[in-house]
Amino acid sequence: MQDLGISVLFRGVNFQRLLGGLWVTLRLALITIGLSCLFGLLFGLLMLSKKKIAKVFCRVWLEIVRFMPQLVLLYLVYFGFARLFGWDLDGETSAVIVFTFWGTAEMGDLIRGALTSIPLHQTESAAAIGLTKGQVYLYVLIPQTLRRLLPQAINLSTRIIKTTALVKMINVTEVLKVGQQIIGQFYRQPDAAFWVYFVIFLLYFLVCWPFSLLAKQLEKRWA
Amino acid sequence: MDWSFIASHVRDYTGGAWVTLRFGLYGVLCSLALGMICCLARYFRVPVFRQIAAGYVELARNTPLLVQLFFLYAGLPRVGVRFSAEACAVIGLTFLGGAYMAEAFRSGLESVDKAQVEAGMCIGLTRTQNIRYVVFPQALATAVPALFANVIFLIKETSVFSVLAMMDLMNVADTLRTSGGRTVEVLFMLVAAYFVILLPVSVIATMVERRLRYAGFGNQRSV
Amino acid sequence: MSDTILRVNDIYKSFDGTGVLRGVSLEIREGEVVVIVGPSGCGKSTLLRCINGLETIDRGEIWLQDEKISGQVKELHVIRQKIGMVFQSYDLFPHMKVMDNLLLGPTKALGRHRQEVEQEALQMLERVGLKEKAYVYPRTLSGGQKQRVALVRAMLMHPEILLLDEITAALDPEMVSEVLNVVIDLARGGMTMAIVTHEMRFAEAVADRVLFLEEGVVLEEGTPEKFFHAPATERAQRFLQSFTYASKRDQAAAKPQGEPL
Repeated sequence: MQDLGISVLFRGVNFQRLLGGLWVTLRLALITIGLSCLFGLLFGLLMLSKKKIAKVFCRVWLEIVRFMPQLVLLYLVYFGFARLFGWDLDGETSAVIVFTFWGTAEMGDLIRGALTSIPLHQTESAAAIGLTKGQVYLYVLIPQTLRRLLPQAINLSTRIIKTTALVKMINVTEVLKVGQQIIGQFYRQPDAAFWVYFVIFLLYFLVCWPFSLLAKQLEKRWA
Repeated sequence: MDWSFIASHVRDYTGGAWVTLRFGLYGVLCSLALGMICCLARYFRVPVFRQIAAGYVELARNTPLLVQLFFLYAGLPRVGVRFSAEACAVIGLTFLGGAYMAEAFRSGLESVDKAQVEAGMCIGLTRTQNIRYVVFPQALATAVPALFANVIFLIKETSVFSVLAMMDLMNVADTLRTSGGRTVEVLFMLVAAYFVILLPVSVIATMVERRLRYAGFGNQRSV
Repeated sequence: MSDTILRVNDIYKSFDGTGVLRGVSLEIREGEVVVIVGPSGCGKSTLLRCINGLETIDRGEIWLQDEKISGQVKELHVIRQKIGMVFQSYDLFPHMKVMDNLLLGPTKALGRHRQEVEQEALQMLERVGLKEKAYVYPRTLSGGQKQRVALVRAMLMHPEILLLDEITAALDPEMVSEVLNVVIDLARGGMTMAIVTHEMRFAEAVADRVLFLEEGVVLEEGTPEKFFHAPATERAQRFLQSFTYASKRDQAAAKPQGEPL
């Protein structure tokens, strides 16, 4: 077991370091998810507004964010804003800006989709039995919207978690970087790299998979 | 905006775009093949293969491409499995993409009404004939929008190829940025290049989707 | 008997422990039209689906002419070539034009030549009044038209027997007669049929024999004259009465005026 590369991870606090690196990206993801839910709600409602200009604004935002690869957007903010506006943004802040920009639009679109997918006759029949508008929202619209929204929102969150791995490319010390440091320290251990990256692969899987299972279960139960 | 800089570097970007596009398309094609195979393994309940396919899909969909590439490019060589940068790019993209394509095909197959299958059986077709003439055409038509969405997604993911030692679009931009300044122009051209790659694909996808929706495909039953 | 097309011997079928068919027997001779009626859930559709092998039976036997077809697994598609079936939901293939829907079975399953089948298909379409719709997609057709195409599709296979499972249940009332008239036409032409329906007047017009099924058992069997006008069992009487309504005006006359509430 001593000669096996994986033993590298059991030495000292290496595994904790790895987890610490993972936490960096997870923290970014959580912040992004939180902000996206908040702003996404506003975005979604804006998409449904009667004013054409609001709809066009949202549409353009959504298309830009969906069209460009996330990494390109990261570069634009991290390197580009520094040049254009003279801001000195660190990797994490750039990431939060870019991912929230993306997450808000996606979440907003999900919310809009969920709200509009409730058949009109649901609200009509609720009104027909004499409920007030507020009661219709509370007892009919919102519960049903949440049921359609939640599985997709969970899937979006998983995508956000996976995308935060990209911050490696803008010099944030996250799990892959920590892995590289560990491997560098143990250069005498030839197959350390294999085991370290394999473990990182598994770590991401163990974080994301439960959520996607949850989303599937909810979808099955509520469909 | 320094237009002369842009003009003199169009060649570099074209080269980078070509690298990105080429290996992206190889990855997409292999993904389609792999996705189809996985889907068939599960549809025909081939023992062993169907469980492997199921496990593979979960694994590939819950880990970021960046981590997969690190494992392939920096981890595997330490146990003697060495792939070139280009091979890693295609293998990595195929690993990720195959899972998404498999899901798209699967949802297409599941969307074919059981009654259609029975109708085919009732006119005396063999199982193979039924699948070939009744099920597959309808499954494919339903799956096409998702398949196209995956293609666009995968081409965007190719931005991560820059972590490998190949002169893709992101690496071209990176090299130019670090060697000469002119960040704004470099980033502008980067965005433009991705635009040029992604716009045609996006337009084709929308056209195909619209044709299919006009033809009323999928599970339309106007009872 | 060599002109018995279908023989169903005492079949049993249950789903999830609930018995749906409990000892049903039935014989249909060549050219006969047997109509099966009964309340919902009595097993009528299941009976047809068992005959066609879409459901397997738990006990009993089904014979098509001189061949036992129950319990078969391998050559089911060959058996199904001899049995035509049309469903409530017509299930035309949406990705093919009407003609291709019609040609698929005869050309692929029976291996006939396309031109020859096409000629026959056009003739049949003309008989049902849909010749001009031969080369359109099913989605442009009305429900009644789709169902007539479904009938032609089944008939083009030249089956020994035709099974019709509530084929007008999903149609708007105006289209029901156009479909049922086609069925009566086929019956006059000598087609052997087993029909499940809720349309009682049609049943009386087309049937040689009527079977009344309730809770998986054949409660009564007889000629249409006897069944519809003088049913023997009380359950059959109650069933037939469920299709009639007492007039609102009769009730008002029956109640004396000024009765205290």
